[in-house]
Amino acid sequence: MRWRSRLTPWLYIGPTLLILGAYLVYPTLSTLYLSFFDKRSENFVGLENYRWVFTSSAMHVAFRNNLLWIVLFTGLTVSLGLILAVMADRVRYESPVKSAIFLPMAISFVGAGVIWLFVYAYRPPDTPQIGLLNAIWTGLFRQEPVGWLQNRATSNFGLIAVGVWIWTGFCMVILSAAYKSIPRELLEAARVDGANEWQVFWRIIIPTMKPTLAVVTTTMIINVLKVFDIVYVMTNGNYGTEVIANRMYKEMFHFHNFGRASAIAVILLLAIIPVMMVNIRRFQEQEALR
Amino acid sequence: MKERVFRWLSRFPLHLVLIGAALVWLTPSVGLLVSSVRPYEAVIRTGWWTVLAHPFDFSQYTLQNYREILLTQGMAQAFRNSLLITIPSTIIPIGIAAFAAYAFAWMEFPGRQVIFAIVVGLLVVPLQMTLIPLLRAYNRLGLAGSYVGIWLAHTGYGLPFAVYLLRNFFGALPRDLFESAYLDGASELTAFFRLALPLSVPALASLAIFQFLWVWNDLLVALIYLGGTEEVAPLTLKLSSLINSLGQNWHLLTAAAFISMALPLVVFFSLQRYFVRGILAGSVKG
Repeated sequence: MRWRSRLTPWLYIGPTLLILGAYLVYPTLSTLYLSFFDKRSENFVGLENYRWVFTSSAMHVAFRNNLLWIVLFTGLTVSLGLILAVMADRVRYESPVKSAIFLPMAISFVGAGVIWLFVYAYRPPDTPQIGLLNAIWTGLFRQEPVGWLQNRATSNFGLIAVGVWIWTGFCMVILSAAYKSIPRELLEAARVDGANEWQVFWRIIIPTMKPTLAVVTTTMIINVLKVFDIVYVMTNGNYGTEVIANRMYKEMFHFHNFGRASAIAVILLLAIIPVMMVNIRRFQEQEALR
Repeated sequence: MKERVFRWLSRFPLHLVLIGAALVWLTPSVGLLVSSVRPYEAVIRTGWWTVLAHPFDFSQYTLQNYREILLTQGMAQAFRNSLLITIPSTIIPIGIAAFAAYAFAWMEFPGRQVIFAIVVGLLVVPLQMTLIPLLRAYNRLGLAGSYVGIWLAHTGYGLPFAVYLLRNFFGALPRDLFESAYLDGASELTAFFRLALPLSVPALASLAIFQFLWVWNDLLVALIYLGGTEEVAPLTLKLSSLINSLGQNWHLLTAAAFISMALPLVVFFSLQRYFVRGILAGSVKG
């Protein structure tokens, strides 16, 4: 009886530990190991793959673009999400507006890719433009049509817009819940004391929502570091839009360079760890408060 | 009266921004839906918004695109594959995680806290870190391109989050409940099935919806472990290869994209509350 009650917990967690060991722990260690070997994992090459990651022009473009994503995507999703959450709280049709903006979260990135490829569709000048953006651009602004995703000046922004379209609703819903939990008396008291809406927003709403804003921001940064589907589907990293995760896929499947691909994955992990730590810690603080 | 007009006017920018944002967010999807029911000649000659001039003229719509994409382009098969991949990939990890979460919440054993911390710590591992060794192992074992292989992969990737979420939920259930059950002679298994699970239906539902959507919408995992095997390709994989093969055939591409979104949209509209809760809870998933 005694050994049985000691054994029971291990039977419960056994399958989980087995699968996590096989699918996360072992592969992670193995990838780390492979990152010190050549493309076929035969000869030890030391830090050569890491040297390549930090010096090659292909990776420079990827790092630069991920940075651009971090700044623009995170900034836009969080700020738009916050503004919409605060504004929607003041009207009677709050829930349909929120549903409309949250809707893209249900759609796969591949599906969203098709939706936006169609928005960005390019036809030669003097033929009818069937893509919405070029129709507006040529019709309303009287400009020549643009290949938004093929033009290096606009391609990254075109992709980031898709990301913002997908994730703003997510930020909005989380921030809306946090906003609604601010005691109304607090806001009213400030208004009675003569604060205008602008001051209420910056001096009370923002500071009170800081923990939630931090969680949302870190979550968006993690998303950006791993961004893959949108880029893979819409440009496959061409026209100056390469990102870290897509480059890793290319090294793995197109160039069969497992050393470099592993090194990229390790860099990705190292970039994510600190952000994720902040996220989990904040999340547990929130859990503790509930 | 004057005051009401003034009030309305002062709120006008608010309405303008909100309704404007909602329209901007919806328009791309509406364009997709409209184009998917227009014939080829119409789609390439005029913008989809031209139907808005007379939206109830039903002669301009057709279901031919859907017939073609489902039957001759293999989207029907891909839909079936997506179901065959997604349903087990949702049930298996949640089932396994529930047992582990129960043990972490209510059983005493050496190393409990440490092991749980390690499981949660695995949330930081990006999928990319596991792809190469696993694909190699799969190729050796003949699991690449098989349903079992992808079920297990999604199970592995979904487990840390599922255990984390359920452990928090089980842990928040009142302790007295379990103590009195044990006093009445209930075994661990009875307490698990009769107490913990029924009381956790909302958490299980949110988790199931989250995992379902995650797997249904996944491209990367399918690309790696099923890539190149047409017979087992899910909708996302099929759609991404159609983008290359169909090129400018927007009438077909839009129909295919809409088919891939249909089920998530139904889930979204019918189970919105669980859906939102699942997505919110999933914000820490790696």
